[in-house]
Amino acid sequence: MSSRFLLYLLKRFGMAIFTIFLVIALTFFIMHAIPASPFSAEKALNDATIRALEAKYGFDKPVIVQFFNYLGNLFHLDFGLSTAWVGKTVSELIGDAFGYSATIGLSAAIIALTLGVVLGAFAALTRGRWPDKIIQVVTTALVSMPSFVVATLFLLIFALRLRWFPTMGSQPGGLVLPIISLSLYPMAYTTRLERSAMLDVLGQDYVRTARAKGLPRPKIIYKHALKNALGPVVTYAGPMMAYILTGSMVVENIFAVPGLGRLFVNSMMRTDYMMIMGVTIFLATLIISLNLLSDILYKLLDPRIDLR
Amino acid sequence: MIMQNNDSYQERSKRFFTLQQTPDLFAPATEEDKAQQVLTKPSVSFFKDAMARLRRNKLAMLCLGIIIVIALVAFIAPIIYPYSYTKQDVTAQYLKPFEYSAKEQAKIAKGENIFPHIMGTDNLGRDYAIRVIYGTRISLMVGFIAAVIVVIIGIIYGSISGYFGGKVDLIMMRIVDIIYSLPDVLIVILLSVAIKDIVSQSKNELVIKLGAGMISIFIVFGLLYWVGMARQVRGQILSIKEQEFVLAARASGAGARRIIFKHLVPNCISVIIITAAMQIPSAIFTESFLSFMGMGVSIPMPSLGSLASDARIGLVSHPFLLIFPALTIFLIVLSFNLLGSGLRDAFDPKLRN
Amino acid sequence: MENILEVKGLKTSFYTPSGVVPAVGGVSFQLKKGSVLGIVGESGSGKSVTAYSILQILTPPGRIDSGSVKFNGQELVGLSEKEMRKIRGNKISIIFQDPMTSLNPVFTIGNQLIETILLHTSRTKVEAHKRALEMLSMVGINDPERRMHQYPYELSGGMRQRVMIAMALVCEPEILIADEPTTALDVTIQAQILELMTELQHRLGMAIILITHDLGVVAGMCDEVIVMYAGHLVERGAASQIFYQPKHEYTKGLMRSIPRIEKDEKERLIPISGTPVDMLLLPKGCAFAPRCERAMKICLEEKPQEYWINGYNHLASCWRNVKEGTLAPEVPGKRPMIQLKEESV
Repeated sequence: MSSRFLLYLLKRFGMAIFTIFLVIALTFFIMHAIPASPFSAEKALNDATIRALEAKYGFDKPVIVQFFNYLGNLFHLDFGLSTAWVGKTVSELIGDAFGYSATIGLSAAIIALTLGVVLGAFAALTRGRWPDKIIQVVTTALVSMPSFVVATLFLLIFALRLRWFPTMGSQPGGLVLPIISLSLYPMAYTTRLERSAMLDVLGQDYVRTARAKGLPRPKIIYKHALKNALGPVVTYAGPMMAYILTGSMVVENIFAVPGLGRLFVNSMMRTDYMMIMGVTIFLATLIISLNLLSDILYKLLDPRIDLR
Repeated sequence: MIMQNNDSYQERSKRFFTLQQTPDLFAPATEEDKAQQVLTKPSVSFFKDAMARLRRNKLAMLCLGIIIVIALVAFIAPIIYPYSYTKQDVTAQYLKPFEYSAKEQAKIAKGENIFPHIMGTDNLGRDYAIRVIYGTRISLMVGFIAAVIVVIIGIIYGSISGYFGGKVDLIMMRIVDIIYSLPDVLIVILLSVAIKDIVSQSKNELVIKLGAGMISIFIVFGLLYWVGMARQVRGQILSIKEQEFVLAARASGAGARRIIFKHLVPNCISVIIITAAMQIPSAIFTESFLSFMGMGVSIPMPSLGSLASDARIGLVSHPFLLIFPALTIFLIVLSFNLLGSGLRDAFDPKLRN
Repeated sequence: MENILEVKGLKTSFYTPSGVVPAVGGVSFQLKKGSVLGIVGESGSGKSVTAYSILQILTPPGRIDSGSVKFNGQELVGLSEKEMRKIRGNKISIIFQDPMTSLNPVFTIGNQLIETILLHTSRTKVEAHKRALEMLSMVGINDPERRMHQYPYELSGGMRQRVMIAMALVCEPEILIADEPTTALDVTIQAQILELMTELQHRLGMAIILITHDLGVVAGMCDEVIVMYAGHLVERGAASQIFYQPKHEYTKGLMRSIPRIEKDEKERLIPISGTPVDMLLLPKGCAFAPRCERAMKICLEEKPQEYWINGYNHLASCWRNVKEGTLAPEVPGKRPMIQLKEESV
């Protein structure tokens, strides 16, 4: 890898860090723009107790100071203390919940990407014939269905009516339905992207050259066409992860999975400010890093991309 | 004197000699003769051509029709529909479509004319059809407003960035890159929590009716959603900026604003329409998603998302409460998606796969 | 000299949603061993499609309708894909117009060269690498070892085309088809590439089919020339005949539009009027007639046959020859011959 590439890496990395910083600042200042104190929701406490708690948590200092304190703590991965689940730190709670979300998210992503590429390429290769037509119809339908609809339908049909799977995520086998329902939209989208990219590549001059050289068809497809057709899919992988992460919120809600999404929603209902900030920043950082990863992967795939 | 091509060589060579005596076929052809033979298609403007192509696409036209019908129903039906979306009736809970409650049946027996519950009633006895219609209204309005915001801000930002180029473009696009990587749903949620109190204390009627969630959604649309459009417009402008008609306009003294809006933007129409059409389903998804989570519309206003969420309560025994809003979202988004690809095929047939 | 390639009545059409495009409407010619044949015509005349039909690398919706293509006596039309693959890149090679898009951008030059070698020969990877280096030197690329590891976008246009030539010649094919090999290149580079091709042709003794719309290129390199218009062969003959004694109005028009150094600078360049024909709406008579200044009424009514002109080595299909000459006695098995009284241009 050339020095130009390293420069590119540094630049992208820098931008990602900057964006994360922006998100932290945004989140922090939005939350602190609220006139109410984080403890005002706890009706059982009287004013004096509230003020004592605020001092303890450091909420009485000026906002800018609080911000830099917070920033400093973040470096130690200290997201602060939760006010709704007294006694537990935000990082602890995130850590516990992340396991479930990561399993669901990662599995859904892998299914979506691999099946998507395979089906998309298959559709492109059988263009016009019935496998392609079926794939097109099905993916068009799936891409028009929001994840919560699919998830609720799955809950109804497969868990409640047919009783093939448990209704709750924490039960054994309970992650299957959440994973499948979360993966359907990205899989359909990836399939369409891949089909379009593959058709595009198949019409390119260098594929014609490969044919003219006398290469057998499978080799042309796997070696020459596929590598070029993966570009748009890799680019989509970033936004796809964003979709999966936010989508997992709703899926966890429906299937009662004790994951990050449910944590987030609960902290919202109980106005646990530290929690809300912590989860938001965590999720946003995850999304931004994954976007960065997919950009770098794309550059690795295609040596031509302008390094400006 | 038409010669047959399937005659044998003998016969044709004989005819050459006879032709020497009828030289008119070997007389020079006039311009009118030639013009008759030259068949060329009449040239139409690009836009009209694309519109004609779109009209020929039956599927896209069907979707356009569906969208128009749904929009008409959503905005006109509430005026004439006999049920309100808020009126509760505990005696009429969970009625199936076209079923009547005991009380209603008694009234009919007495000769009263009661409009049927086309989609049944929900757990509070509210007519479901009218709630679904109101939910549709919300979805369509969200889609429309999103489209308007995206188009206006996106075009202005993208055209300025693309036209001026250089440092201006660099900075503007860096900003776009950063905005693009911000997660929209998270920010909406954050905002809605943050402004919840402000909204609840507001005196403005519209603000109260919309609720914190909806307002946050619109704010985020204005802040985040237009970047896709800006990029597309900028890209298009970059590619046509160097063409001669721009040079001609500049040479005749036209200023930047005139060049951009009169010459450049009209050439981006295809990109603009296609991108806008693809953005609408995304906006509708986001709104219904947030409403499902309880962070969109505020009760009692129904959204297709919140209806789907509420339907979870009696899900096994009353599945239709989920089916109706789900089907409606599906239909709306599907129609927009298909219309979007139809538009893309019509305006840029080279992209057709 | 024997014919290494014999094309008879080749018809290829594209079955598109907007209609059937008869890209090649019945073309016949022969290629002698070791000679250079030029195929000349404007865009859309069917010259590239003819070449692709020979190698059967047409993209759907294109299909060979009928005709015969005999390579060393072996019929290629109807041959199985497996058999065709043995010929492609091996016995008959083709290089394309735009070397930038014709090389796979994500693989190195070396990778793509070695791939061809390994495919058609039984060399090992190491041997193939050596052979690839040889080929790169042969086409005039210096520092071949470094180039092997580079990607197409790192090379200049001329170098890329040299790489394409190297790839095509790696198995020492008997026929090289060059589809507009210099059109995408600078003029100075054009000359170099053509020189290279001539040198290689002599060295390897192969036949070349050179497809181009550039008459200058044809004049420099070709022994025989075919002129195509709207999918039909309108004139065929030795290069000198085509240039100095063209017998089809289209060819004449082409010759008139070339600027020549020796001519008086006050003489005008006369371009051919009108616009290229729409292949979906072909006229019933001669396809060139609507643009032809000397067209006659019969030209608009009926398609002319192919006639030999003053001997059996110059062919043209134009009604004007019928008007201006006399029909020679018929010879069975051969097309009709016109005897022209004087050599007129």
